[in-house]
This record gives sequence, C-alpha cells and structure tokens, in this order.
Amino acid sequence: MKNFISKRLHGKIKGTPFEISIFILCIFLLSSSYVYADSKRQELDKVVSIGGSITEIIYELEEAHRLVARDSTSTYPRAASMLPDVGYMRALSPEGILSMDPNLIIAEEGSGPQETIDLLTQVSIPFIKISDGYTRQGIIQKILEVGDALGVNTKAEKVAAKINAELMDAESKSNQYSGKRKKVLFILSTRGGKILASGTNTAADGIIKMAGAINAIHSFNGYKPLSDEAVTVAAPDVILMMDRRGDHGSGGEELFSMPSISTTPAAETKSLIRMNGLYLLGFGPRTASAINELREELYSD
Amino acid sequence: MISTEGSKNKSMLNDRYRAGRRAHIILTFALLLVSGFSLAIGPADVSIWLILKKLMLNELLTSLEYIIIFDIRLPRLLLGTCVGAALAISGAVMQGLFRNPLADPGLIGISAGAGLGAIIAIVLGGIIPGFIASILGNYLVVFFAFLGGWATTLILYSVATRRGQTSVATMLLAGIALGALAGAISGILVYRANDQQLRDLTFWGLGSLAGASWAKVTVAGPLIGIAILFAARLGHGLNALALGEATAAHIGVATQNLKNKAIFTVAAATGIAVAVSGGIGFIGIVVPHLVRQLIGPDHRTLILNSGLLGAIILVLADVISRIIVAPAELPIGIITAVIGAPVFLWILLSNRREGNW
Repeated sequence: MKNFISKRLHGKIKGTPFEISIFILCIFLLSSSYVYADSKRQELDKVVSIGGSITEIIYELEEAHRLVARDSTSTYPRAASMLPDVGYMRALSPEGILSMDPNLIIAEEGSGPQETIDLLTQVSIPFIKISDGYTRQGIIQKILEVGDALGVNTKAEKVAAKINAELMDAESKSNQYSGKRKKVLFILSTRGGKILASGTNTAADGIIKMAGAINAIHSFNGYKPLSDEAVTVAAPDVILMMDRRGDHGSGGEELFSMPSISTTPAAETKSLIRMNGLYLLGFGPRTASAINELREELYSD
Repeated sequence: MISTEGSKNKSMLNDRYRAGRRAHIILTFALLLVSGFSLAIGPADVSIWLILKKLMLNELLTSLEYIIIFDIRLPRLLLGTCVGAALAISGAVMQGLFRNPLADPGLIGISAGAGLGAIIAIVLGGIIPGFIASILGNYLVVFFAFLGGWATTLILYSVATRRGQTSVATMLLAGIALGALAGAISGILVYRANDQQLRDLTFWGLGSLAGASWAKVTVAGPLIGIAILFAARLGHGLNALALGEATAAHIGVATQNLKNKAIFTVAAATGIAVAVSGGIGFIGIVVPHLVRQLIGPDHRTLILNSGLLGAIILVLADVISRIIVAPAELPIGIITAVIGAPVFLWILLSNRREGNW
C-alpha cells in the first residue's frame, strides 16, 4: 500500500483510470472508516449494564444517562431499577438485549450464556467483561475497567482514588479495633432446615474480613450446606444474613430455635445481623460504607 | 380396538383413521401458522413484512435484521419444532409401549440420565481433559446430557432383557431404581458445585430454547427427524400391543422387535431433545392425552398428530416465554408447566366423569 501510494505521489501517475479510481476509493474508504470509528467512540450512549455492582459504578461515574437497560441484579440506586430489565445475568436472551438497540454492553464476570455473547459480538456490539474480586484492589480494578469501557478514564481514576481512600479508611478502622474479634457465620439460606453457609473465596468472606471479623467457616470454598454438627463446632458469635425484602430483624426467633444454631454463642446473645444483599456483597462503590456499618453492628456493644 | 368383529366397528375405526389423517393436515397448517407467528413476534422491533419485502426485492438486510431473524428466531423456531415433536412423540410411544397413560420418556431413565450428564458437565467441566473440552466448546453440556441419557437407557435395557425378551415391567421398576441412583450422584455433585454452577443447574433444569443456534439445529434436526420416521411406523404394532403382549404376538406382531425399536427411537429423540433444551416438562405426557381426547387412541395417527401438536405448543410457549417479561425471558419449562398441569387435570377429571378409568 505504501509503495503504491508513494509511486503515485511522485508525479508519475501512469495508471489506467480504473486503477486511479480504485486508489481514490481506497483513500475514501480509509478516511471514512477513520471518521466512523472516531464518531462511534463518542456515541456509546446506549449502554446495557449487567451486574449490580457494575450498574452502581456507572451511576457513581455519573454516566447513568447513557444506560438503556440493566440486568435483574441491578437494583440500586432506585433509578436503576426503573430501567428495562434484560433478565438474570447468567441467563441473558440475545433478542431481549438487541431489542434495546445497545452499542455497548458492560458485564460482570460470569455473565452469559456464551451463545448469547457470541451472537452479540456477531452484530459487532462490544461485550466488555469486567473482572470480579472480593478485595479493595478488586473494587478499584472494577471501577477503572468500567471507566475504560465508557471512555471516561480520568473521571474513573478520580472516583477510584476517592473510593480507595474510603476503603483504606474503613479497613484501617477495622484493623485498629483492639477488642476480641468475633466469629461470623454468613448464612445464605435456611431453606428446608438446611443451612447454606459461606466458606472462603466468596463476597461474604471478603466483607467479613474487611470488617475486622473472622469467618467462622474456613474449611471449604464457596457456599455449601452445613451439617448441624459443623455449625456447633464453628461456634459463631454472630450470624450474618441478607435481607431481601427489607424485613429487618424478622425470622430471628425461628433461626435461633433451629437445633444446630441454638447451641452457638450467637443464639445466647441473639446476635443476628441482616443487611441488603447487593449492599453487603456487591463489592462496588458502597462497600466502604457497608464495611463500616457491619463493623459497627458487630462491635457496638 | 383393532378387532374386526362386524362391519359397524370397522367403519367406525376407519372413520377415526380418516379423522386422524385429516388432523395431520389441519395440524400441519396450524404449525405453519404458528411458525410464521414465532418469526414475526419478539422483543426486538423488527418487522417481518419489511424483511419479506426486502427479500422479494433483493434488497440488503441490515445486519441486525439478519441476525434477529436468521440467527435468533429461525433456529429457535426450528429447535422448538424439533424438541416439541420429539418429546410428544416419545410420550405417545412410551404410553403405548407401557400400556400406561402416565408413562413418559422419563420412565426409561432418559431424563434422569441426561440430567446427571448435564450436571457432570457443568460441575466437573473444569477437570475434563482439555482436548475434549476444546473440541466440544459450548456444547460440552449438550454432549454429556445426550451421553447420560443414552447410557441409562442402555443399562436399563440390558437389565430388563433376559434371553432376548425385554420385560416392560422390569424396565419400569429398574427405571425407578436407576433414577434414584442418578439423583443421588447428582446430589453429591450439587454439593460440590459453587453458587454459579448451582444457578446454571437451576436454569438448565427449567429448560430454555434461548440457547438455540444453527449448530444445535443441525445436530438435533436430522436425529429427531429419523426418530420420528421410525416412530410413525410403530403405530400398527402399538395398537396390537394394547391388547396385551401375548395377544399381540398371536396376531403376528414381532413384539421384541417392536420394543427394541420403540425404546431406542425414544432414547434418541428424547436424549437429544433434553440435551439441547434442558428439562422441558409436561409436553411428553399431556400432548398425547390431548390428541387422544380429540381424535381417539389409534396409534397409527396418534403418533404423528402428537408430534405436530407438541411442536405447535412448544413453539407457542417459546413465543410467550420471550415476550411476557421482555426484554428478559421466562424459562420455557415454567410456561409448559403452567399450561400443562391444568390441562392434565382437566383431562383426568373429564375421563373420570366418563368412567373410562
């Protein structure tokens, strides 16, 4: 290409009209695609956000006006829940997303299924996956990646710095706590009398540690059903649960009357903390405040 | 039912047969109508008329229009047709073979086996040797579900077959035992699963056609097509079997041959249907009953009519699943259960009133 151009530009234009017109066409196409790519960069104004923390970050970056839809886990802030819902992040339907006519999809790691992502990339809608991590660095990384996807890197760096400071502050307060560290058992559900609890490598494990407490379970990864004896052996000082419908404090009686839990120190002091799931486990912009709130609930007495 | 006592009975039988043949034509047209419907309706704002016009005038479609019609809705429609037909036909054949109106493909262990296969692929997918995983790619779950369905059917078949004779009763009982075993192994694997895998399992269990792709259609289509051709020719034998196995043999039906064909046809059809679409319930059990209520129990027409009606119902259910909570999608298994369960109860009640059972 370069040779071709330089030959022509050296004044010895010997080509047939056909060759010349092809050359002009090439230049035209190159320049137009350049203009197109450039204009596209600024027109990423129809964004679909998949994942509760991603949506929160987009609101935090003050780029929410570019959102056209969200997934069913994006329930905060309230304005986000007014947006059209394209379904659960792991069971996305391609046509549902296409019907929103987006030009960018930002999704939390683990979104899918792969067939849907393949179809979306076929229509050349960029599908950007944001990595997930249950640490301070994980949150900062998320913010920077979302900012990069939206093309607002400098704003993202500013927000990331602010949130980093908040998180460091929250963590150092947790570290400075001098009293006895409490053992916390995070229970995901108690359906059918079976206790589904969090082991290590989960969002719950992350937030418990950041709040300056000890996860009562460290023998397995992820969320698993616990036997009654394992609950007794774990001997948690506090039970931590999600409250999905904002029913603070309800269900405590029932929980502490379960035979396995009734023997634990938590049952003696009736220590149950319930917090909103997305707030507690989202690992987004509100995590610093979630850490502080959890720590205060834990160590207020 | 296929006795030839008297011309009155015979003419009634022929009437029913003719009614069944007429129903073939009516249901085929209905299926075409529903297919058009399914191509035209969806959350995305694409006008089917505009696209038809563009195709007629040889104009170019936009890539969005092309993808929505030809890569999303069309494979979904075809897969829905195949899966619906496969499940309903399998149900009709199973009910004939077991002479039990409550039989469905689940009885010969396919559903439990396919479910186990899917769970193995989802939970243990990471430790499956890399080269197998890379060949199968996204179709790991499909492949393992199919394998699981077939493996359980083969085990059941060999357990129930002694000296070249398959005992249908043994098969039924062994099916329950094997189902429990598969359930237990699934339970162990579910215990090992992390929460993302658990959610994948839940969605697989509810069934969906949202993952339809041309690759799935090209795998499932021919296999189900062949199974349907085989199944359609079982009608006469299954009619004879309704009189009892011994009587059928005396009439001159090769009963063992019939059983072999029926079992492996159903295993192929249901195995692949469950593998590509997950657990879609009620089609296999309700549709043959509906057809019997409407046109009568003659297997010569019952099998194909069930297939057609099954396809119609599943394609309709799929349309509902993608528009009812648009732009999100409701798993299709929920819709077939919501439609299927009341219909099933209605059939039971109307049968009781007539004193049939």
